[in-house]
Amino acid sequence: MDDWTTLGYLVAAVLFILGLKRLSRPRTAVRGNQLGATGMLIAVVVTLADNSILSFEWIAGGLVLGAAVGALLAVRVRMTSMPELVALFNGFGGGASVLVAAASYIEATDRAADTARLSAAAALASLIGALTFTGSLIAFGKLRESLGWSGFAGMRIVTVTAAAAAAVFGTLMVVDAGNPLWVWLLVAVGAVLGVLVVSPIGGADMPVVIALLNSLSGMAAVAAGFVLDNSLLIIAGSLVGASGLILTQIMCVAMNRSLPAVMFSPAPSGAGGPSADDVYGGKVRSTSADDVAMLLESAERVAIVPGYGLAVAQAQHAVRDLARRLEDRGTEVVFGIHPVAGRMPGHMNVLLAEAEISYEQLVEMDDINPTFEQTNVTIVLGANDVVNPVARTDPSSPIAGMPILDVDKSDVVVVIKRSLSPGFAGIPNPLFAADNSLMLFGDGREAVVSITKALQQI
Amino acid sequence: MDLLVAVTLFVMAVFLGVELITKVPPTLHTPLMSGSNAISGITVVGALLAAGAGHRTFTAVLGFAAVTMAMINVVGGFMVTHRMLHMFRPKRRRDASPPKGRGGS
Repeated sequence: MDDWTTLGYLVAAVLFILGLKRLSRPRTAVRGNQLGATGMLIAVVVTLADNSILSFEWIAGGLVLGAAVGALLAVRVRMTSMPELVALFNGFGGGASVLVAAASYIEATDRAADTARLSAAAALASLIGALTFTGSLIAFGKLRESLGWSGFAGMRIVTVTAAAAAAVFGTLMVVDAGNPLWVWLLVAVGAVLGVLVVSPIGGADMPVVIALLNSLSGMAAVAAGFVLDNSLLIIAGSLVGASGLILTQIMCVAMNRSLPAVMFSPAPSGAGGPSADDVYGGKVRSTSADDVAMLLESAERVAIVPGYGLAVAQAQHAVRDLARRLEDRGTEVVFGIHPVAGRMPGHMNVLLAEAEISYEQLVEMDDINPTFEQTNVTIVLGANDVVNPVARTDPSSPIAGMPILDVDKSDVVVVIKRSLSPGFAGIPNPLFAADNSLMLFGDGREAVVSITKALQQI
Repeated sequence: MDLLVAVTLFVMAVFLGVELITKVPPTLHTPLMSGSNAISGITVVGALLAAGAGHRTFTAVLGFAAVTMAMINVVGGFMVTHRMLHMFRPKRRRDASPPKGRGGS
């Protein structure tokens, strides 16, 4: 590798750093993404120009095919499917790192080069990459709702066994470096581990998993960088690994759960708490779109709190129309966004932005909570656990201490929901039975459309 | 590259990444994730080296598959992030109502 290549890698690394920096500010984010893409282009061109590449036919095929597939997916995806796509791309990144590590390992051991360090790095890259690959594919399946499987009895033991096997094969890769069998066994075990670790996790814990897999794909690139002795892979991979970890941390804090709790004790059970009948019995009042329109008509300030149900019902455009209609009448409309609403970090923001709702109207939890007392009507659309007051009141509840949106403090709460079924936490929500709550049962989008229509007729 | 130099690079870059990302408004969580995801496709560089080293057909095939996967990650990631960010641009409202709420930042 010559000096020009190294210099080119330095430029690319600087562009990645500037790109990430700008990606974290709304005004500069577009530019930041372009800087990152430019850095990547430079990295690829510099690598192709480097004289350690001897044959181009395989490369050209891979570049064209990968770019075409990636572009097609990026252009065609619907915004509601964004979490799946991010998971899928993530998986491909991890998969690529595995193959890079395996190919380099086989080549290097062929030539009987100094291998102890290379083998150790290749073992890490294979394991992390394979785990990221299958883990992301499982997450993809879960997010598409095409995969309901969440494991089997005794899975914990299998997971521990697989982890032990991974340690053994990894060690064998270093000790018995000439034998490519070990790398494939390690990849296989890593793939199994990815399935075992991600399968039991679901629902509201998905944002944590997606962020964590994102971080792992960066770490897999770092390990591949150690295999190839490539500074750019190490730097760029570390940046991604760090940013993914921070997002993971933010998501965990927003749910008041630790990362180990999310990973290893999934699906908190509502057992032991008050039953649904105790909480709801005779106290739930249902309402109609016309009545909600009347309420909204006289409201001065309306807050809309969306949850995953918004994405399921594809209700973002209907909500935008309702918000515009209310604003035309002089009503103040804000959106209260819980950090873990939806299935990936920032999911609600993406959907509402797609419906051309300005991000200035999307208010974070800490900012909107003090204002609910001055809010006349709050519409909860497809959210449940993130507005459950039990988190504040019942220390024995599975969601105790989780920061929630204090929608119950507004004058009237309208909850649009299909039924009284519990959210991911599996516990009843006393909000639905509160004196100031009204339930509007039905599909989220249809309900919002009928409210908007009714409002027009007033 | 000396192993310790490589480890130093790694540790410094992790710290830098943490400092860069610490304060991100929730609005940008998804684009940041898909953008950084695209950057993790940097492994494409390793894939190119593996595919082009030309020692054995088998490793060239592995390299080809790696280049393809990494390119899906890179091109798809940057393009979809671009698409998302375009929706985030502040829009001029039809009515010139004053900005409401305190926003994301």
